[in-house]
Amino acid sequence: MVLTSTPSESVTARKLTTAKAMVEAISQEMERDPSIFVMGEDIGSYGGIFSSTAGLLEKFGPQRILDTPISETAFMGLATGAAVEGMRPIVELMFVDFFGVCMDQIYNHMAKIHYESGGNVKVPLVLMTAVGGGYSDGAQHSQCLWGIFAHLPGMKVVVPSNPYDAKGLMISAIRDDNPVIYMFHKGVMGLPWMAKNPHSLGPVPEKPYEVPIGRAAVVRTGNDLTIVTLSMAVHHALDAAEELTKQGIDSEIIDLRSLVPLDREAVLESVAKTGRLLVVDEDYQSFGLTGEIAAVVAEKDPRLLKAPVSRLAIPDIPIPYSRTLEYAVLPTAERIVAAAKRVMA
Amino acid sequence: MDNETRLGLYKTMVLSRSFEEAILRDYHADKKPIWDIGAGLIPGEMHLSAGQEPVAAGVCAHLTSDDAISSTHRPHHFAIAHGMDLRLLASEIFGRETGLGKGRGGHMHLFDPTIHFSCSGIVAEGYPPALGMAFAFQRQGKDSVAVAVTGEGGANQGAFHESLNLAALWKLPVVFVIEDNDWAISVPRDASTAIRSNAVRATSYGIRGIRIQDNSVEGVWDAAKTAIEKARAGEGPSLIEVHTVRLWGHFEGDAQAYRNDLDSLIDPIPAYANQLESDGVLSPEMVESIAQDAKSRVEDAFDFAKSSPLPSAAEVERYVFA
Repeated sequence: MVLTSTPSESVTARKLTTAKAMVEAISQEMERDPSIFVMGEDIGSYGGIFSSTAGLLEKFGPQRILDTPISETAFMGLATGAAVEGMRPIVELMFVDFFGVCMDQIYNHMAKIHYESGGNVKVPLVLMTAVGGGYSDGAQHSQCLWGIFAHLPGMKVVVPSNPYDAKGLMISAIRDDNPVIYMFHKGVMGLPWMAKNPHSLGPVPEKPYEVPIGRAAVVRTGNDLTIVTLSMAVHHALDAAEELTKQGIDSEIIDLRSLVPLDREAVLESVAKTGRLLVVDEDYQSFGLTGEIAAVVAEKDPRLLKAPVSRLAIPDIPIPYSRTLEYAVLPTAERIVAAAKRVMA
Repeated sequence: MDNETRLGLYKTMVLSRSFEEAILRDYHADKKPIWDIGAGLIPGEMHLSAGQEPVAAGVCAHLTSDDAISSTHRPHHFAIAHGMDLRLLASEIFGRETGLGKGRGGHMHLFDPTIHFSCSGIVAEGYPPALGMAFAFQRQGKDSVAVAVTGEGGANQGAFHESLNLAALWKLPVVFVIEDNDWAISVPRDASTAIRSNAVRATSYGIRGIRIQDNSVEGVWDAAKTAIEKARAGEGPSLIEVHTVRLWGHFEGDAQAYRNDLDSLIDPIPAYANQLESDGVLSPEMVESIAQDAKSRVEDAFDFAKSSPLPSAAEVERYVFA
């Protein structure tokens, strides 16, 4: 039943964590293209708070791997200016929650210059940032917020859920001539200091390869219900699907992988088959991804649906600290099972 | 300074003023009798730089088209002094398909990669991208420099302070320019800034800072010469603050009721003409011919813009992505 988006699984036995897959992608691209450099807070000798740049300083030296001061506005703008002048920066914003101190450089400059210039100026850069909760980091360090970036025009937004996609999407992002926001969930990185997640380790081919930006993956096929989700919640959905199978519900799971561009066709194709849609998101519910996916179906043909669309997302509250409270709002497997059963009822 | 350089500075200032006088004429021509900021051949906010020409002329005299400028919401004088094609500039302001941004940008969003020119409509936020341009020049082994411009109001923004620190830390070839025109829209400098000179702020970040008190184009030219030479030589950033003057409103249509200094303003262009005439560099006939020459270049650009096609609404989604 379970399909995979990793066609290479059969040809490679090598397994990497998501973090190591990202680093390998950056490293291979840096060897190929001297205009690439990496910049951010604690991305040098520390190797990135979430290990997204581990070992790069030793390999490429301080001219290309640059620790910055805690001046996000300055270094986000620096990345944009360097991209305008022909370099290909990779810049890390440690937690996506921190965008508030530098958003002007992101949404008003990085994202708009190509359009404002009538296509005369390109801004090829990758902004990578950690998202997600589940480890009691509180309201300012646990958000996903991809809906905000996807809402604002001019940025591509990619959200890998596994090591294979992490490497392929990173390579595609680096080679893209647009600003690409690359949002990695801390829970899928395979960090030794977080709860073990078996999905954070997976087969990754050694040679560079691209995963196309803008194409979703059907990570599990099924006939009764379509679950559209992304990032860490893909794994929760896969766990939920096993439980649902036991209860006689055969679910299909779509990992969006990219929010901009959004693979609307993949959603519609699956819903046309199953007739039921549950959207699962670790971002806030109102005015966000879940509503957008529901609109994709509603605008195309609501008659595809045999039952109303259901949404499971973070309710519109700050993410709580205490574990019992936080797990009451995260899209866990248990909550997905319950939501799926409601759609089937 | 030789006579040719002085004449060059004068001509640059006159060309910029001539361009903005033409904008003033056309901007207001079709907004009568009832003022509507979105109406007419040139719609939208219009921030003109009249009075601030000495800053742009003095700085840009030392630049080539390989050097970058990251300017402000009030960008025309820097664009013109840096050699922007007047037809492309005018066409963008008129919102035409032939404009720099094919009508997608407007007068606060001018991007010309052929002369490495850009600007930002957000106060002080043009500083950080200038760091990146300078960073790229440094890494590419070029001796080009990046000039970042803001106003005295912008010097109270976080982007300003973060940029000075990072440029100093990484010894980037940047020249920071502050146009202190005394007014952050309606708020006077005394009500916005705790110190008298932003050169002090440069010093606090370990870089050279100078304040030019008299809006003198030759004073700017001197200071910029040093700053740009040092940046080219790898000696890192500098800051130049010029006490200049905003002759007109913050934007066109600004009644300026808040202003108490309108009677004491000195227009720097006739003042410089007088100085050059008394030094025997300029004659009344030359003043007239320089003005005529500027005017004919500007009218050519405006004619080109007005006769250019508007962008097609069917193409509105083009250029969001490369």
